[in-house]
Amino acid sequence: MKLFLGFVKKEFYHILRDRRSLFILFGMPIIQILLFGFAITNEINNVNIAIFDHSKDITTHKIIDKISASSYFSLNKLIENEDDIESVFKKGKVKAVLIFERNFNKKLLTNEQPKVQIITDATDPNTANTIYNYINAIIQSYLHEINKDVPVVYQITPQPRMIYNPELKSVFMFVPGVMTVILMLVSAMMTSISITREKELGTMEVLLVSPLKPIQVISGKVIPYVFLSVINAIVIILLSIFIFKMPVQGSLILLGFESVLFIVTALALGILISTISATQQTAMMISLMGLMLPVIILSGFIFPIDSMPLPLQIISNIIPAKWFIIILKAIMLKGVGIIYIWKETLILLGMTLFFVALSTKKYKIRLE
Amino acid sequence: MENVIEVNNLTKTFGAFTAVDAISFQVKKGEIFGFLGANGAGKTTAIKMLIGITTPTSGDATIAGFNVYTQTESIKRNIGYMSQKFALYDDLTVKENITFFGGIYGLNRNTIKTKTRELIDELKLEQVTNQLVGSLPLGWKQKISFSVALLHRPKIVFLDEPTGGVDPITRRQFWEMIYKAANQGTTIFVTTHYMDEAEYCDRVCIMVDGQIEALDAPKNLKKTFEVDSMNEVFLKLARR
Amino acid sequence: MSISVNKINKSYKNVQALKDISFDVKPGELFGIIGPDGAGKTTLFRVLTTLLIPDSGNATVSNFDIITDFKSIRNSVGYMPGKFSLYQDLTVEENLNFFANIFKTSIQENYDLIKDIYVQIEPFKNRRAGKLSGGMKQKLALCCALIHKPTVLFLDEPTTGVDPVSRKEFWNMLKRLQLTGLTILVSTPYMDEAALCDRIAFIQNGSILEIDTPNAILNHFSKKIYNISADNMYQLIESLKAYEHTYSAYPFGECIHYSDKRTDLKINELYEFLKLKGLDHIIIDQTKPSIEDTFMALAN
Repeated sequence: MKLFLGFVKKEFYHILRDRRSLFILFGMPIIQILLFGFAITNEINNVNIAIFDHSKDITTHKIIDKISASSYFSLNKLIENEDDIESVFKKGKVKAVLIFERNFNKKLLTNEQPKVQIITDATDPNTANTIYNYINAIIQSYLHEINKDVPVVYQITPQPRMIYNPELKSVFMFVPGVMTVILMLVSAMMTSISITREKELGTMEVLLVSPLKPIQVISGKVIPYVFLSVINAIVIILLSIFIFKMPVQGSLILLGFESVLFIVTALALGILISTISATQQTAMMISLMGLMLPVIILSGFIFPIDSMPLPLQIISNIIPAKWFIIILKAIMLKGVGIIYIWKETLILLGMTLFFVALSTKKYKIRLE
Repeated sequence: MENVIEVNNLTKTFGAFTAVDAISFQVKKGEIFGFLGANGAGKTTAIKMLIGITTPTSGDATIAGFNVYTQTESIKRNIGYMSQKFALYDDLTVKENITFFGGIYGLNRNTIKTKTRELIDELKLEQVTNQLVGSLPLGWKQKISFSVALLHRPKIVFLDEPTGGVDPITRRQFWEMIYKAANQGTTIFVTTHYMDEAEYCDRVCIMVDGQIEALDAPKNLKKTFEVDSMNEVFLKLARR
Repeated sequence: MSISVNKINKSYKNVQALKDISFDVKPGELFGIIGPDGAGKTTLFRVLTTLLIPDSGNATVSNFDIITDFKSIRNSVGYMPGKFSLYQDLTVEENLNFFANIFKTSIQENYDLIKDIYVQIEPFKNRRAGKLSGGMKQKLALCCALIHKPTVLFLDEPTTGVDPVSRKEFWNMLKRLQLTGLTILVSTPYMDEAALCDRIAFIQNGSILEIDTPNAILNHFSKKIYNISADNMYQLIESLKAYEHTYSAYPFGECIHYSDKRTDLKINELYEFLKLKGLDHIIIDQTKPSIEDTFMALAN
């Protein structure tokens, strides 16, 4: 045991004395979570719009009031002629222009279906789409209001209700993803680098020609990173709770258990990488290309898995991060317990055992 | 014989630390000059000043007639450099390496072609011209890289620990090449901390703590210190 | 036998690094493997320290088989790989403590063995290993390899890249360690270090050329050696190469080591030949062959 503690102590010296890796360890999570939380977002807020109102009657005024009263839009300009539409877009002043046709109110009352045209700047298609949907929703809700007293026969009105993330805050979506990415990065990349560094230095040779058993070397290398990764996970969760007001509905203990499970998977992958790379540089490249990219692209972190082509959907199943993100979302946002996520947990556990077994088997007791 | 290197009270300080302390010496055309010293004796700093990468704090030096303060570009064009650590690109073939280094020194395509031919004939590299340099034995690499350093007919060639670790026979072939170049008028400036390399030089200068402690022909130094080898000369100097 | 090597072969992709290597090292012997870079020294050390499995042949270290009994070997030998394998970011003391710890011992327990060496680096015990000079690193690495009182010590090129003063000190330390009964296998590319070993093995291109004591190995050189010097080294070499009776002519510092094809060289005849070639200040003396002469004669 003393032997083992000595090994762990040495690892901590390495980590604490290397400013660069310390920064990667603790600076990165904070920067990433803030970046994803603030900069990258699907929400719209205070989008500038312009309005070209041919009708200028009571209904159009009410609709305009309603739109500009919402926090999503702010009215930038009232346009008076056709040519101005293009110029406001070109100047980049507005993201959308609303055009009400002549006699809007009159047509509405005579059931002639008045038209309102929504022109959006589609250089950013996602935002354009969202703007269209929001404006549409505001107009629809206005129509509901005025038709309240009139019983309309045969009309189906879908009533959408977004649950678990009612405000559609994208940061809630990103937190589980970022946490997954960071745990993967810290655990897999840092472990593989720290093992290959010993190979490069030649100290691995001395460790091998010593009474140390492979399992002692591996766990001595890995324990400090388990510890640091857990701290990281805690930091990320605290940040998201206190800065982004993200609720953690479910059990913290369960969350902790699942996180440790995922950390162990990542560490095993890190050891696996170190067995196939001779230099720190190779280890870093393999970690980045072989682990980070799939985690970011195929795990459902940024791109929904359901909308991927079938082959990619199938591939996504072998990515541990996918299952961990499902579990995280379920615990944090849905607040469910183990009975709802036992299947995913079991898959992750299976993967973990597989990688741990593989990496221990692959770990060489000799040089190549 | 003319002096191709003249150094007068050359000094370099880093803050309060004097790395090179007022060294003076001359090297003649066609001389093989050994520049020795333990790690940290100031060897590297001195060389860097001589080849125009570091500006001296004080003192003068001219290399091939060019001033180390003002004419560093001309210096670089008139010297060759070969170090044991960086010699040739392992992932280029012998021919590609020669072409590349010839190009760096501004040789035109025809000159490079003829020079490549000459070099390949002289070193008997016919069989390996299109092989990657990485696949050749260490001794071959060193011979090729010395020839490459001579491609642009420099007045002075700086060699950094040229033969460390090479087998005894190849090492002698290497020294024969050096003697030949020196005989043709190229000045050879060898820096090393391997004392047996020093035995081959016409004159050696031994640096200790930034200063020149001894400067003479190896034969005379051995006589002065009453020992049989340069290694023992160095040991005696270090003990003083 | 402390180390017994029998017909070891080892190949990498397309290079045969070791060819039929056999030798024995007696208990308490200081045995040197002498050869240039790329001769196979490191591969041999890695095979003997159980880091590599040979393609064929067998070997024992302290009577343990290197393949089947590799764990016993790892418990009982000390190994100092080519690059001083220390943790650059740990201090001298931390490095030593760490290596003591993984061998389940402590600095105090075996202090008497490393004392002589450790006192020299003790003033710097709080300095990080990366900031030590080459000689200091070498001493620390040796302490780390000795800390568990090994029965056999493997030193792979311990003096490469180290200044002459530290090299000399290092060999003195090895001599003193040898007095404790330790068996030492050391490799070096420096021919002049061969004389300091009890017995040496010349190795080149993966093959052992000769094994003997340094003195006896000189007798393998059957020809007489002459020191020749003149005013122009280059012309001297060229002239000797052109001389019909030349057996070998190699530069040795300021002289050429020359040997003749005939058993009875007439010095005057050679002198006249060189004179005719335009050389001056010619000196021809008979001299004793050196280890390096022998190595070259064997390698040719």
